[in-house]
Amino acid sequence: MDFNNKKNYLFNLGAVIIFFVILKLLMNGNVINRYYQGIIVFICINIIVAGSLNLTLGFLGQLALGHAGFMAVGAYSSALLSIYLRSLELPVIMHLGTALLFGGLISGIIGYLIGLPALRLRGDYLAIITLGFGEIIRVVINNLKFTGGAQGLSGIPKIANFTNAYWIAVVVLAFLYALIRSRHGRAIISIREDEIAAEAVGIDTVKYKALGFTISAFFAGIGGGLFAHYMAYLDPSIFNFMKSVEIVVIVVLGGMGSLTGTILASAVLTSLPELLRNFSEYRLLIYSFVLVVMMIFRPQGIFGTAEFSLKNLMSSPKGFMKKMKRDASGDDLNGGGK
Amino acid sequence: MALLEVNGLTIKFGGLTAVDGFNINIEQNELVGLIGPNGAGKTTVFNMLTGVYLPTEGTINLDGKSVVGKKPYDIVEMGAARTFQNIRLFKELTVEDNVKIAYHNQMNYNLMQGLFRLPAFWKEESVAKENAMDLLDIFDMKMYANTLAKNLPYGKQRKLEIARALATKPKILMLDEPAAGMNPYETKELMETIHFIRDKFGIAILLIEHDMSLVMGICEKITVIDYGKIIARGVPEEIKSDPNVIKAYLGE
Repeated sequence: MDFNNKKNYLFNLGAVIIFFVILKLLMNGNVINRYYQGIIVFICINIIVAGSLNLTLGFLGQLALGHAGFMAVGAYSSALLSIYLRSLELPVIMHLGTALLFGGLISGIIGYLIGLPALRLRGDYLAIITLGFGEIIRVVINNLKFTGGAQGLSGIPKIANFTNAYWIAVVVLAFLYALIRSRHGRAIISIREDEIAAEAVGIDTVKYKALGFTISAFFAGIGGGLFAHYMAYLDPSIFNFMKSVEIVVIVVLGGMGSLTGTILASAVLTSLPELLRNFSEYRLLIYSFVLVVMMIFRPQGIFGTAEFSLKNLMSSPKGFMKKMKRDASGDDLNGGGK
Repeated sequence: MALLEVNGLTIKFGGLTAVDGFNINIEQNELVGLIGPNGAGKTTVFNMLTGVYLPTEGTINLDGKSVVGKKPYDIVEMGAARTFQNIRLFKELTVEDNVKIAYHNQMNYNLMQGLFRLPAFWKEESVAKENAMDLLDIFDMKMYANTLAKNLPYGKQRKLEIARALATKPKILMLDEPAAGMNPYETKELMETIHFIRDKFGIAILLIEHDMSLVMGICEKITVIDYGKIIARGVPEEIKSDPNVIKAYLGE
């Protein structure tokens, strides 16, 4: 059991490295030019942010609509620290690492403080209160002096690139995966499934809701920090309500409760508007149309709650497709939403 | 000292007194039934015992410690587990995970040990898996370990809920209408299961039930309530012939 699991981890690590090397070679050979490279970095950032939201939305089962707010907190706090760190001339890894961790921590703390009162509410009420908090964060940043206000914050060291964005996304996903497959993650998932039953088997639901929400905010902050260090410029209007909605759409499209679904949806939804540039004004129409069609024919998202597994695919491609189909099929296909 | 001592338990919802002066003593390894017509307040009693409702008055002592004002999850840790009238499983999770979640409080590794997959994680997880499998084996459900809970037949869902409650290592197990919605064959199987649990795990069981054949068949002591008040108490034979009980169920 143990042994098998560890072998799986090595296998996945290998796959991730190979994928990285392929992308890197294509970049060096200029098959992927700088423009596409930028899109790939944004995909990585979206994977981090949407993956973290999936923890709240898909695994904890709480509808939160203010995720861009946490991203903003992480982006600004890491950017401010980073500008300060500049004079120390640290190596890039340490510089970026410290700044991102700081951004994540501040975002996590804010997430915890917001989560404690907000998570007493459920469903649409929670959605509205988190939406409100997200906007409050943006407005506060807009009016503070040291954040540059509405003029924006410039002079952030541009030290994020494809290589570190890729590996940070991998590490964040690994942590999220490890979390949901531990006793703490099971406690979080049990709250999604049935809060009353969770309490009846001894889960402190208030504590685990707060934990899930805090970790979610922490990783959103890291995603925001990465964004800041790639753009080298921040403006509060980037983190508006539409940004939150964009992240929610990624999570829902990929499948709430599927990290691999989030990866795929991030890739598709980040590159789609870019690939459709040739269609100029029609591209938003096509984008929206894809979403509508998707929700009609596959409301549970691309993967539902299932996870894509390379190992299963390799060992038996046919059985794998069957399993994916079965796992991903929602209530509506299995006879009634009981 | 009895395992569960309840005295003068009363709850008022506004002007309505749902349960009035309820008391019961349950000894170790005893099988006790709580019956009464619809709306008599049986489930309300359960909800007070498990911390869902806060009683207006009265004391509840579990193993000598008061549980009044404690949160449901604290009471579980003190040794009282329950099932629900309308089955509450973690439907989208496998049978194995349903049971494993109940082992949560028996595992000690912290968040960091889990995130970094340190040895404590592997050790405790494999113990939990073994325990979960053993428990499922006892209930003859090992072959369903990877089935989603929602796909189990009704009788098995009940069994799984009981198994999950047992995984929290309770001293007393409270079953809220376990036979609801079951056919006679399933009810019979359930009776055997309940007996078996009591003998195998050596715990006390408090059971709310409508199905008279089940209650009369397995309970050693029965308490009958109507309109929130206790109207009779005794062994099954006494209850069967008690005029108050007959009146409550059949009318004058």
